[in-house]
Amino acid sequence: MIWDALTLQLGYNATLVAIGATLLGVSAGVTGTFLFLRKRALVSDAISHATLPGVCLAFMVLVALGGDGRNLLGLLAGSAISAWVGLLCMNWLTRRTRLAEDAAIGAVLSVFFGFGIVLLTIIQTMGVGRQAGLEGFLLGSTAGMLWADAMIIAIGGSATLLLVLILRRPMTLVAFDPEYAAARGLPIHRIDLAMMGLVMAVTVVGLKIVGLILIVALLIIPAVTARFWSERSEHVVLLAGLAGGLAGYIGAAISASAPNLPTGPIIVLVSFAFFVLSLFCAPKRGVLAAVLRHLRFQRRVHIRQGLLALAQGQKIYEPLTLRLLRRAGLVRPDGVATDSGKARAAKALRDEKRWEIVRADQAHEATAALYDGLRDIETVLTHDQIAEIDRQIGGPQGVPV
Amino acid sequence: MSGEEFVPLSLTPLLIGTFAAIACALPGNFLVLRKQALIGDAISHVVLPGIVVAFLVTGAISTWPMMLGAAGAAIVAVVLIEAIRRLGQIEPGAAMGVVFTTMFAAGVLLLEQTDTSTVHLDVEHALYGNLESLIWLDATGWGSLLDVEALAGLPPELPRIALTLVGVSVFTWLFWRPLKISTFDEGFARTIGIRTGALGMALVITAAIAAVAAFDAVGSIIVIAMFICPPAAARMLTNRLEAQIAWSIVFATASAVSGYVLAGYGPLWLGGSDAVSAAGMIATMSGLILAAAAMFGPCRAHIGAHTST
Repeated sequence: MIWDALTLQLGYNATLVAIGATLLGVSAGVTGTFLFLRKRALVSDAISHATLPGVCLAFMVLVALGGDGRNLLGLLAGSAISAWVGLLCMNWLTRRTRLAEDAAIGAVLSVFFGFGIVLLTIIQTMGVGRQAGLEGFLLGSTAGMLWADAMIIAIGGSATLLLVLILRRPMTLVAFDPEYAAARGLPIHRIDLAMMGLVMAVTVVGLKIVGLILIVALLIIPAVTARFWSERSEHVVLLAGLAGGLAGYIGAAISASAPNLPTGPIIVLVSFAFFVLSLFCAPKRGVLAAVLRHLRFQRRVHIRQGLLALAQGQKIYEPLTLRLLRRAGLVRPDGVATDSGKARAAKALRDEKRWEIVRADQAHEATAALYDGLRDIETVLTHDQIAEIDRQIGGPQGVPV
Repeated sequence: MSGEEFVPLSLTPLLIGTFAAIACALPGNFLVLRKQALIGDAISHVVLPGIVVAFLVTGAISTWPMMLGAAGAAIVAVVLIEAIRRLGQIEPGAAMGVVFTTMFAAGVLLLEQTDTSTVHLDVEHALYGNLESLIWLDATGWGSLLDVEALAGLPPELPRIALTLVGVSVFTWLFWRPLKISTFDEGFARTIGIRTGALGMALVITAAIAAVAAFDAVGSIIVIAMFICPPAAARMLTNRLEAQIAWSIVFATASAVSGYVLAGYGPLWLGGSDAVSAAGMIATMSGLILAAAAMFGPCRAHIGAHTST
């Protein structure tokens, strides 16, 4: 069943939803990355909630004009206008008053959403009886998606992607170093507004599939996911698009494969699964990689301390150290050093003495800063320098003839 | 309007709305000043899965398990946000966004999967609440306020939210000095021996309790609005914390009362026949108050900015 869904065998509506969700995921992932890099991820929350009054007003206007209130293009246009108004309000509050951005986000979000709910209850009492579709915008409803709806999503998504392509360089610059961008003469405020405008476009496009509460997830989660895998912004953008697209596709497929699986929440949960996977398994920033790094470090410290103890003839009691040394073939099971163990121990002790000289010598100040008790001295000094240090240490002393 | 009509139909919703608004606005003052205003937003989203899980476990709509479920979900969310922020080295806003949207999605999914057709539990209810339906049927007029038998028929939300309000006020009063100092100068607070980490956590937990109790009565949209709008509006009027809190209480009360009245009677005045959502109207009114304060408040500008703007 799920295989049928993934290969688009489940009929016309399921296929439309899957394609729409994939496109939406890609454009949301790509756009959301810039928002995330600018550290303004939650602005999307305000923008998405601010669409609700627009949807309701557009519905009322359409009905008043005698049309069908559920015309998707009209509703989306209305939502775009009210989201833009919300965006301007938020911007004004942050720039012109002493409110911090988070308070401005929360204020716009709750007030616009509350007003939207007032309008919703007005529509419910208008007695038109055709308002059933409007609640669908809260959480998305893909059941009755039409070819025309899918086309709107496809065109909107592609237009957003195209704009991102054009604006990617200034947006990256502003995200990483706004002061430098300002010094270069870029209009930071306008670039920020353009970025928010793109987020708004994605939100509006996604209203039909995931709804206005959950679109935030599609904007934030893929970007955060992609950030684990790369340190280069262009790779993060592409990876976020990929993660968003995959989540949209797989989520739509899963939701089509069984009843009672609403599309929006499933897409969000799939996206979150990718996030968790990345959190643990990403090569450099992942939790697993960090644990491995820590264990490797711990092993080096224990072996080093064990070797120094061997060289000074002290008995080792610490079980982990003993086990590590035994596994490396440096001590026998009874704790006595093997030949290679003795050699390594002597080398460790000599290295320690060499470091001591280096650290005492002003001329080696830069080198001495690298001392951490683990670093091999050959990796930081040349053979000649080490030979010079060895001359200062001298040969064995106090040995009876 | 006569007492016979007002007391049973409007008094309790008005009181519940006002208490909920003040209970949220009090901790909201500190959250806004500490730039943690969106915690209210996050909490009100994650309450949904908590309530649904509590319903699945107990199989009935009863208050205490649901409150516990909601509070549990809020704690899980706070822990998850912190864990993701530290483990993944992600900025707090994005970590918050990841957690609360996912938990909300899980809540919606659980809700769709379970058969809740027999009980009144749905997403819309969670968002708007049902303030209008919290009526006091046993009341016959103002005299019922002294009638023990009628008082027993009060909607249970009223004593609960009143108790929460008392709890929140006591917390603010007891920890007033440490809260004030650590909000404005965390470093100084630490040097004089205030445990700022624990205090910050206590503030978030208090906010969560207020949010959950208010959510039960009035829905999540008022919770977010009241955490932010009255304190933010009060912030524009004064530079003193005491005055700010007093103003925020005034604004919270004003939004709750005017919102409720406008929602109930506004459409009638305009010739309509049905009331609109009181929760939405209260949020809208708080937004209008904030807009007025942001435009005309004497202390609205950034410190050091041109006062003419």
